[in-house]
Amino acid sequence: MTTLNVNGKGVSVDADPDTPLLWVLRDHLNMTGTKYGCGMALCGACTVHVNGQPARSCSTPLSAAVGKRITTIEGVGQTKEGKALQSAWVENDVPQCGYCQSGQIMSAAALLAKVKRPTDAEIDGAMSGNVCRCGTYNRIRVAIRTAARNVK
Amino acid sequence: MSAFEIVNLSRRDFLKAGAGLTLGIAVPDALAQMAGPGQGGGSAAAAGTFEPNAFVRIGTDNTVTVIVKHLEMGQGTFTGLPTLVAEELDADWSQIRAEGAPADASRYNNLFMGTVQGTGGSTAMANSYEQMRKAGAAARAMLVAAAAERWKVAPDSITVTRGAVMHPPSNRRASFGQLAASAAKMPVPQEVKLKDPKDFALIGRRTPRTDTRAKSNGTATYTQDVKLPGMLTALVAHPPRFGGKPKSFDAEKAKAVKGVVDVVAIPQGVAVLANDFWSAKKGRDALTVDWEESGAFKLGSAEIMAEYRNLAATPGLPARKEGDLPGAFARAAKTLEAAYEFPYLAHACMEPMNCVVKLSADACEIWNGEQFQSIDQPEVAAVLGMKPEQVKLNMLFAGGSFGRRANPHADYLVEAAQIAKAIGGRAPVKLVWTREDDMRAGH
Repeated sequence: MTTLNVNGKGVSVDADPDTPLLWVLRDHLNMTGTKYGCGMALCGACTVHVNGQPARSCSTPLSAAVGKRITTIEGVGQTKEGKALQSAWVENDVPQCGYCQSGQIMSAAALLAKVKRPTDAEIDGAMSGNVCRCGTYNRIRVAIRTAARNVK
Repeated sequence: MSAFEIVNLSRRDFLKAGAGLTLGIAVPDALAQMAGPGQGGGSAAAAGTFEPNAFVRIGTDNTVTVIVKHLEMGQGTFTGLPTLVAEELDADWSQIRAEGAPADASRYNNLFMGTVQGTGGSTAMANSYEQMRKAGAAARAMLVAAAAERWKVAPDSITVTRGAVMHPPSNRRASFGQLAASAAKMPVPQEVKLKDPKDFALIGRRTPRTDTRAKSNGTATYTQDVKLPGMLTALVAHPPRFGGKPKSFDAEKAKAVKGVVDVVAIPQGVAVLANDFWSAKKGRDALTVDWEESGAFKLGSAEIMAEYRNLAATPGLPARKEGDLPGAFARAAKTLEAAYEFPYLAHACMEPMNCVVKLSADACEIWNGEQFQSIDQPEVAAVLGMKPEQVKLNMLFAGGSFGRRANPHADYLVEAAQIAKAIGGRAPVKLVWTREDDMRAGH
């Protein structure tokens, strides 16, 4: 058994150390908000925070997550940035198919935690690893700007 | 402004709806309960019992659930179709919920596609425009009739605004939820009057999407998120070329992987079944397959493009003939020519293809980002030796489609059914295509 800290809670999982954190979350912990898109850290749908840093959980082995603070889309609303972003996402009706949006919000939350008022260039830089096949990029940018104003 | 006939509404078994006003009675099933708000795959309806226009369900809790017949794949059907219902119902947008319709072409066919149930060709809103409005208007008329009976006043003295049914002269008011049970006992109107577009309160204005919240907090349920008791995850080793078949395979190493439960051959590949995705992936990586490629498609990109060029040089099928095109070209002072070439591309939906199948002796239940019920149902039934109506399709949110899920062979659903059949239905199966499968074996 391996113990992990997910969204501030200690959880035990019985999985091989090479199992990607993505599948630990999804299959072992039944936390399905974090999405599988490519399995190669190319699309960003699986983004979570490891010690506050955005990480592609599909390419983060369980062994590398032990002893770290893991935050997922299920828990990010408890941070002030995550809460502001989720409100801004709703206000701006950002998602279409929605499959990439957990990852988008996680990347955006990590950005706002670091940069309070990001420039467009900083937003583009932080979000460039998150693919949206529906093309919601413009609304994502608008929502990040909205959230940046509203973080309390 | 005109009145419209409600086809067959009077034949509906309406009186037995029980608590709540139901235009088309729906029974929530395990998945509807499992799924978050604003979606579902519920609404199981016994075949033949219910009638067309089965689109509205009003609960005693004052929620209005719109049964949406078109797949939500990002284009907004779970908002657009409910908007049409809410408009004529004079509902408050906050009380609207959306739920995916089951497979039943007799009620949920695409009116632009004859008897076919399916989503595509930018038809979802256009074909539903009057149908959904009529469904909302009929529900509204029954709520008004119920209020008129309760308050002993004339129906035309009653107004409905944003979910409130009111009798202004006596200052009485009731919510839809308070009237739902009585409204269910009212006669179904034979015809309803639709609004004059100048009176629209919702159509043509911005209504917040019904699915935004769930898609912003991780609770929206896609097929990839479905988990049934005892379910196995299946990955398939596909042939390197379309049309290849497994000649033989060695599953020894795959079966030795912890978590792998079984390895079975299906017509176009070899499936590795495991307790979870990662075990199935490791199992598939450890599998060796010898492929029979005599019937496989062997053309490469260059040959395919050459074939396209040849085809493009042959006369096309005229969609419309007007004037003298060749003559005009010959007389033109200047002609421009351009060639546009596109390679063979994967649709590359964000959610790689997947499908959950639960098989029993006389039924098959499927969870899927379900786009073309009238294709998928018979194709799956044929594989299983069942009748189409024995295949129940639960429509979940799709993580994109871009045409991928409207496949004339129902390819990945059939594959999931083949795997479930190969293991004798002893466990529910979730077929998962990896991104590599999606790029290499997409249709």
